[in-house]
Amino acid sequence: MIVKVSDNIISPLGMNTAENYAAVKAGRSELKRRDGLWNLPEPFTASLMNREVVNEIAAQKSIDDRYTFFEKMIILSAVKALEQTDIDPSSDKVLFVLSTTKGNVFLLDKRETGFPQERVLLGVAARQMTDYFHNPNAPIVVSNACISGVCAQIQAMRELEGFADNGACPVDPNGKRQSHKFDYVVVVGCDVQSAFIVSGFQSFKALSVEPCKPFDANRTGLNLGDAAATIIYTRKDTITDNDWVACRGAIRNDANHISGPSRTGEGSYRALKAVLGDMNPEKLAFINTHGTATLYNDEMESVAIERAGLAQVPVNGLKGYYGHTMGAAGILETILSMQAIDDNNILATKGFETLGVTHPLVLSNENKPTNKRAFIKLLSGFGGCNAALLMAKGGVS
Amino acid sequence: MMKHEVYITPNEVKVDEKVLSHNENGSALLTELYRTHVGDYPKFFKMDTLSKLGFVASELLLQAEGAPRFEPREDRAVIFFNRSASLQADTAYQATIQDPDNFFPSPAAFVYTLPNIVTGEIAIRNKYFGETSFIVLEDCDKNIMARELQNAFQDPMTKSILGGWLDCTDENHFAAKLYLIYKS
Repeated sequence: MIVKVSDNIISPLGMNTAENYAAVKAGRSELKRRDGLWNLPEPFTASLMNREVVNEIAAQKSIDDRYTFFEKMIILSAVKALEQTDIDPSSDKVLFVLSTTKGNVFLLDKRETGFPQERVLLGVAARQMTDYFHNPNAPIVVSNACISGVCAQIQAMRELEGFADNGACPVDPNGKRQSHKFDYVVVVGCDVQSAFIVSGFQSFKALSVEPCKPFDANRTGLNLGDAAATIIYTRKDTITDNDWVACRGAIRNDANHISGPSRTGEGSYRALKAVLGDMNPEKLAFINTHGTATLYNDEMESVAIERAGLAQVPVNGLKGYYGHTMGAAGILETILSMQAIDDNNILATKGFETLGVTHPLVLSNENKPTNKRAFIKLLSGFGGCNAALLMAKGGVS
Repeated sequence: MMKHEVYITPNEVKVDEKVLSHNENGSALLTELYRTHVGDYPKFFKMDTLSKLGFVASELLLQAEGAPRFEPREDRAVIFFNRSASLQADTAYQATIQDPDNFFPSPAAFVYTLPNIVTGEIAIRNKYFGETSFIVLEDCDKNIMARELQNAFQDPMTKSILGGWLDCTDENHFAAKLYLIYKS
């Protein structure tokens, strides 16, 4: 089975998982209105890193100004997750998977001259990280819009289950068991906000100028946020009650529209069904939704959850604390959901007040106790893509 | 098991190793291929070059496969790889915000600044409800692509994959090498 080894979150709410969880549990957020930032003509609300603080902490790890801010974030988050383990990141049994949508896109701005133009390529940016760790494997970059963070974890599960490069059978004709190609996968997700991303979402009229209100009747759009998050996974034959097991993941398309969610929640519904399998939904503590607080996304998720027969399962969303952290979101929200269950807690949906979706969902703006040990992380994104991941402490039978 | 393969560059088109004749080059070649071999999907003209390339290549591939088209299905995944992600669309969008005195960010341009949009275009066209994924690599590495595609069959729903390399840096620099593979 595939289990979590360690994790890290770097965000405006803290530089490690524990700080972030404590801040979220206490209801804190760094979502603030920004007027005139990056010379953008319209104000926006975002959760942004203090770059000087990151620069200072990164420099202590020899992550200096050779690296862009995006590269500093991914390397620092990976360093902090690796520090908790005895994994040798320079081993060829360790693979790095990066989840990002826009990486170093700010380098396209003609006013940016400090770095070679090729660093705008996601594979080249990811290579800065693997070179830092002297890792010999080509990094894999998952760039699947807003679902990238869950896709990258599914990627990690598959890499750890998989065998040789050519996909050969696990048992050769002589009955000899082949060895797995990788023993550890370091999954790092990150996006850093810029004029490029903010203006694009503004052009879509997708942003709220106030802190976002997921699933609320008065929701008006999403907020954006900076973050990096890392989970390290490995393979284990025998698991204990305290192991966090990545049980099943699925990616499904709406086959409906490239920038609008499906009215029938098609892809999310199918992804939910796929990861649920024959598991009793009663075992689920909650579904951690995408919950961007756009009109259409939250409505779509309510349809998909209802169709999947999961309307009785509590749901929550964490965008009211961090905004939409894009490539980091699926990883950051999975980590906080694991932390919450470790703490017997269902995190509050900050910003939510009055249910504003067609299908009734079990939602709260207060933390609620639970003794259940499994959850589903759900995401959806442009391109009609949707992803779900079933995580269970101690695994599911 | 690989059954069909399509190869498109700005001046060459091959379907299952057979060269397809054409008059145009560059992005005009993609429009020519659309007009000659597809013709019934005007959304094509709204797409960025990466999506046009993926769309036309997938159409030629599926015509070569010869199976019934447009039946809703969840058992076929669309998984592409490239080096440049959505670089052409990114550059085009950046041009709309570069000058503060001529600032005109366009949602139609912004939506293509994600490489996986092309996988969605193909899913919509073909009613594919299965997995769609986009993976960016530093270089076109056949071993990695083979590994990832084989790994994708770990999803028990996936029985075939429309996948391969799909890269575009501008209207005159692109390459598609797409194939259909089936679960063995």
